[in-house]
Amino acid sequence: MPYVVERKPLTLSERLYFPQILAGMRVTLRHLFAKNVTMEYPEQRPAIPAGYRGVPTLVMDPNGREKCVSCQLCEFVCPPKAIRITPGEIPADQPDHAHVEKGPKTFDIDMLRCIYCGLCQEVCPEEAIFLQNQYSMTGYTRAEMVNDKAKLYELGGTLPDAHFKWDKKKTAAEHGNAH
Amino acid sequence: MISAPKPDLVTVNIDGREIAVPKGTNVIEAAKLLGVEIPHYCYHPKLTVAGNCRMCLIEMGLPAVDPATKAPIMDPATGKQRVNWMPRPQIGCGTNASPGLHIRTNSPLVKDCREGVTEMLLINHPLDCPICDQAGECMLQEHSTAYGRGYSRFVEQKNVKPKKTELGPRVTLDDERCILCSRCIRFSKEIAKDDVLGFIDRGSYSTLTCYPGRKLENNYSLNTVDICPVGALTSTDFRFKMRVWFLKETPGIDPESSVGANTTVSSREGVLYRITPRRNDEVNDTWMTDSGRALYKSVKAGNRLLTPTINGAATGADMALKAVRDLFTAGSVAVVGSGRSSVEEQFLTRKLADALKVSVSLVSRVGEGDQLLLSADRNPNVRGALVTGLISALPARKLTALAADIDAGKVKTVLTVGEDLTAAGLSAAQLAKVSVIYLGTHSNATSEAAKVVFPTLTVFEKSGTFVNQQFRIQKFAKAVPGPADVSDDLITLAELVAAAGGGIIPFELGALWAAIAAEVKPLATVTYANLPATGLLLDATPWAALPFIEGETLHYQPAGPAGATA
Repeated sequence: MPYVVERKPLTLSERLYFPQILAGMRVTLRHLFAKNVTMEYPEQRPAIPAGYRGVPTLVMDPNGREKCVSCQLCEFVCPPKAIRITPGEIPADQPDHAHVEKGPKTFDIDMLRCIYCGLCQEVCPEEAIFLQNQYSMTGYTRAEMVNDKAKLYELGGTLPDAHFKWDKKKTAAEHGNAH
Repeated sequence: MISAPKPDLVTVNIDGREIAVPKGTNVIEAAKLLGVEIPHYCYHPKLTVAGNCRMCLIEMGLPAVDPATKAPIMDPATGKQRVNWMPRPQIGCGTNASPGLHIRTNSPLVKDCREGVTEMLLINHPLDCPICDQAGECMLQEHSTAYGRGYSRFVEQKNVKPKKTELGPRVTLDDERCILCSRCIRFSKEIAKDDVLGFIDRGSYSTLTCYPGRKLENNYSLNTVDICPVGALTSTDFRFKMRVWFLKETPGIDPESSVGANTTVSSREGVLYRITPRRNDEVNDTWMTDSGRALYKSVKAGNRLLTPTINGAATGADMALKAVRDLFTAGSVAVVGSGRSSVEEQFLTRKLADALKVSVSLVSRVGEGDQLLLSADRNPNVRGALVTGLISALPARKLTALAADIDAGKVKTVLTVGEDLTAAGLSAAQLAKVSVIYLGTHSNATSEAAKVVFPTLTVFEKSGTFVNQQFRIQKFAKAVPGPADVSDDLITLAELVAAAGGGIIPFELGALWAAIAAEVKPLATVTYANLPATGLLLDATPWAALPFIEGETLHYQPAGPAGATA
């Protein structure tokens, strides 16, 4: 069925032409003096609201220790299977890692697969993985887009931690109901 | 251990539902028959009852009788015999079925008991599930979720115990996680007959330990890891390797010996991680050997054969097949089959020998049996060769007849399916006299000397069946894909049969089994698909007179004098 577009006859002011031009100029002039709505990206960056889900990162506790124990729950929960972990054992003779036992040998997040859903942060029992403010990931190759363990810690840095789980374990070992 | 089912059935009432079970059946097992779970830690169907975890507490009642006249007391309201409920709960594992026994597994008292027991067990439990290898298959985790209170009231400090004690070469103990169920102790004493484990000290200081100067190093030590309801006993090999929820489980058969222990092969994305026993009450109960669990390592071994070769140079399968066809045309071929091949491969080996019009020799492997799950006959499938008609007499340990034939110049080509001819008594000089066609998984002296080599798959990379010492045919399935250039053993053998002029034989399991059923009488009704998971017992009478090299094992008694020699 062809749809017939109704052509309304022009009003008097429209036929006079100039009132329409002036109305258009008024809009242009108003925007000339109004506040900018765009910004000069990437020199200027927008303020990121709290709770923003950016690039997933690994964080260290305030003592600079690795929090991740490679339980692989994030790997399990990740919907696009972007996370890949090889678990490893931490030797018991490392003094600052007393009672930790396990940590990731490798930890890769493929940012070409990541959908920024934040399930990894939600599932992490050690509060070791966070989606932080970083939102722009670029690279020239596919390999560049895979964040390895070193890159993840570099992006993540240190976050405040109220628990100090390993300190508690250490204190318990030293002062607790030892055998 | 549960006593064998006796004919006298008694009716018990569990949560208002009645079921007839053999007299003396454990209440946990009786409830399982009704689909009712009674949570438990220390109880294990194949071990004695210890009754120390107290998780299986139930309410129990018996029909009321008049003490003087022994007449049943009837309840006027219902018209049935009244039930006298005991005021205190009883443990389910220590309660046996008796006539008219009444059980409540979900009353408020029972629920309260379970919450209390769970809270008690969690008091000193470290709750390090994120790093615990048992997480995902941990009974404490499951029962705490299902029957626990859901929150902790404990504010004191937890006990600290050693986290990494090596009890033996393969077992590591995390003492903090132990809930003192004593399953491992009972297993070592009753099944492995190596009583090395025990508890020392009292109360919250109780610790599992080995007898001074001894180690948990018998060939069944890893079964303690399997039956540990928590992550206290862990396999040193599997420790921190992979979380169990990633593992794909495939049914397998232990190829170590003719016992044919049922296994579960766990893999993730084509990589094998561990082998654990699969329950089969007729073969291996819930146990298997440590040596059988280590076999998965052969899949990634450095000396794996990965491509067909001619005179040591890598080539394509078609070129290798062409070389074999020339050797077959020249005639004077001898075929050496294997008691390690599956029934399907042995059938195809027979077709190959038929096409070449020669008989097949097998090599027997004999080790020492341990009267449990490792038999003297270390070939998993000699019975399969008998059933398929590949051989009619038992194989010898050395290929003396073949050696004599080679020396006499009667044999120009030897085709061997997975058997190392050097190990089977042929000298290097004898091998040099003939052209060897070798089908095998790993390189050895024979593959080095072979003219043509076809790489084959390990037992984890193919599907098939073995016939064990009881003449029970059991199937195993492919757990991981084989290496890229290695075609399925059945394809290789079917192509060899075609090269020998034996016609086209299907190599796909379903169609191949139709051919096997048509030709092999004892297997007439069998297909790979319809084989039950616990195997199918074949009629062994045609071979009853053969002097099998077998001693007693867990569920097998040799027919003749025990330990008869070949």
